Amino acid sequence: MMISLKGLHKTYKGAQPLHVLKGIDLEIKEGEFVAIMGASGSGKSTLLNILGILDDYDEGEYTLNGTLIKNLSETKAAGYRNRMIGFVFQSFNLIPYKDALENVALPLFYQGVSRRKRNAIAMEYLDKVGLRDWASHLPGEMSGGQKQRVAIARALITHPQIILADEPTGALDSKTTIEVMELLKELNQQGLTIIVVTHEADVAAQTNRTIHIVDGQLGGKD
Amino acid sequence: MLDTFREIFGSLSRNKLRSIATGFAVACGIFLLIILQGTSNGIIHTFERASEGFSFDAIRVFPGFTSKPYNGIEEGRRIKLDDTDSEVTMQNFPDELSSAIAQISHTANSASFGKNYLSNVSLQGAQPSTQEMEAIQLLEGRFINKIDLQEQRKVIVISDENREDLFKHGERAINQQVRIDGITFTVVGIYKDDGMMSGNDFYVPFTTLKTIYGKGYEIDQLQLKSKSLDTEEKNDAFEIAFRKVMGVKHEFAPDDRSALWIRNSASENADMTKAKNILHTSFWILGLLTLLSGIVGVSNIMLIAVKERTHEFGIRKAIGATPWNIISMVVLESIVITTIFGYIGMLLGIIFCECMDAYYGNQTMDMGFFQSSIFVDPTVDISTCIHATIVMIIAGALAGFFPASKAAKVKPIEALRG
Repeated sequence: MMISLKGLHKTYKGAQPLHVLKGIDLEIKEGEFVAIMGASGSGKSTLLNILGILDDYDEGEYTLNGTLIKNLSETKAAGYRNRMIGFVFQSFNLIPYKDALENVALPLFYQGVSRRKRNAIAMEYLDKVGLRDWASHLPGEMSGGQKQRVAIARALITHPQIILADEPTGALDSKTTIEVMELLKELNQQGLTIIVVTHEADVAAQTNRTIHIVDGQLGGKD
Repeated sequence: MLDTFREIFGSLSRNKLRSIATGFAVACGIFLLIILQGTSNGIIHTFERASEGFSFDAIRVFPGFTSKPYNGIEEGRRIKLDDTDSEVTMQNFPDELSSAIAQISHTANSASFGKNYLSNVSLQGAQPSTQEMEAIQLLEGRFINKIDLQEQRKVIVISDENREDLFKHGERAINQQVRIDGITFTVVGIYKDDGMMSGNDFYVPFTTLKTIYGKGYEIDQLQLKSKSLDTEEKNDAFEIAFRKVMGVKHEFAPDDRSALWIRNSASENADMTKAKNILHTSFWILGLLTLLSGIVGVSNIMLIAVKERTHEFGIRKAIGATPWNIISMVVLESIVITTIFGYIGMLLGIIFCECMDAYYGNQTMDMGFFQSSIFVDPTVDISTCIHATIVMIIAGALAGFFPASKAAKVKPIEALRG
């Protein structure tokens, strides 16, 4: 089992405590392509943050590829994020003053890979997403679809166990949306586990399984 | 490591204007620090140059007037030192002093050689040890010796300045006859005029002066040379004991300070050393305070920069940067900015100091009766530069630390939202 959630609870503390996740049980197998859908405020972003080890949870258990993810130190969490998870965001989140190649290579910098080696690897991944010729361009000089492909290349470079994509097509037009979804499907066919958070039904339709989250609990599955 | 620096230069060169603005304050701070150090060194070197002519174990005692009635004798009486005082002093302070010699002087109307003459010439009755006591540097010939004293020879030691006035055609002065108020003296030595007041002194044997000018037993000055008086306390204790002994002999109150004037170059030197240290320290403090304002500036701008880059730090953390990665990056950025601009400031400061040296370093102030250099070698040495470098690195680290810890606390979820 790639991902296993058991009785997951999350409450945001504050003057008015907000109980966001109310007992989530979920299992995702290796090689699955899953969509998580839900209205805003349903807790889908919180779930994604917990899956991405960006946020902690209060109760329950989260196991990622056999590793229990709970109460990690920041340093340890950073290491797991670096090696096990590839992020793709709605707003791309590329570093604006680094060119495409440097952006793709950045996760390897934090693994201590030498500059020459990581640039060579990054070039390979840029080639894979069809952007070899754009290696020395800054994000500002690229279209949305290109930026998202750079972000996907960056997510792939560390051979992560899962790809977490948060509204990956939210900022793209319909043509590039298709391109990006094709790329994700292709990667899934190569065996990668991918989880997409989306509110677009036709995006969800392209995945193998859709999980609905309603008011902090898993709703109907199909 | 090289990679880390490449990261840092990447983010610094991204915002050149801000980097320069940040560094400018530091450059100014270091610039002023170096100039202040150079200036204080200039003043200290001037002190040192001026004190080269002194020997620091000399104590001079001059007779004065009593200011208190003593033993039924009225105040305002002139104290007369005589040539037995040196002996009495040595008997009383054999451990404290290595020598005590009497000195007398006489002002002659003129000294002449051929048609050249000098008027109002001050003759000093010297002993062989006078040379060491007054730190007289001989350029030629010899100083007054023992045999001169025993035989009351009419020999004389003159300064190089006076030689030029008397021997205008460049004759060799040694062994020439100089007439002083009609009496002929043979020049045996030339000493270097140090530009201070003593440059016009003509040294003749003590015994000769005493006999020729009928000085009797009274002496003008007692010159003591200390042996073991190496602390301020010992010097103070000695002066009190000495006044007591002399007070008994010459009948004045031991606490009557105006009866005897004591000039102790050892304690003067101690005072000067203290003053030098205070000057040096206070200039460092001034410089550091100037630098501090630069550092606060750096810290402030780094804080703003960190806030602007919250998003970037969030991305870096999401893809695997540890808090330590972020802290070290920001701190190193701060150190790099501080050090690069610090060195620019240091370089400019050193250039400024060298210019000061070139313009003022060799200028002297002529005060009529003596000359004084106003600014000797106002430059900084390598140790100041090393200290400044250490200060810059620490300063950079401090300036970067608070912004860095703020940056490390960035939560990726918040930074990546939207």
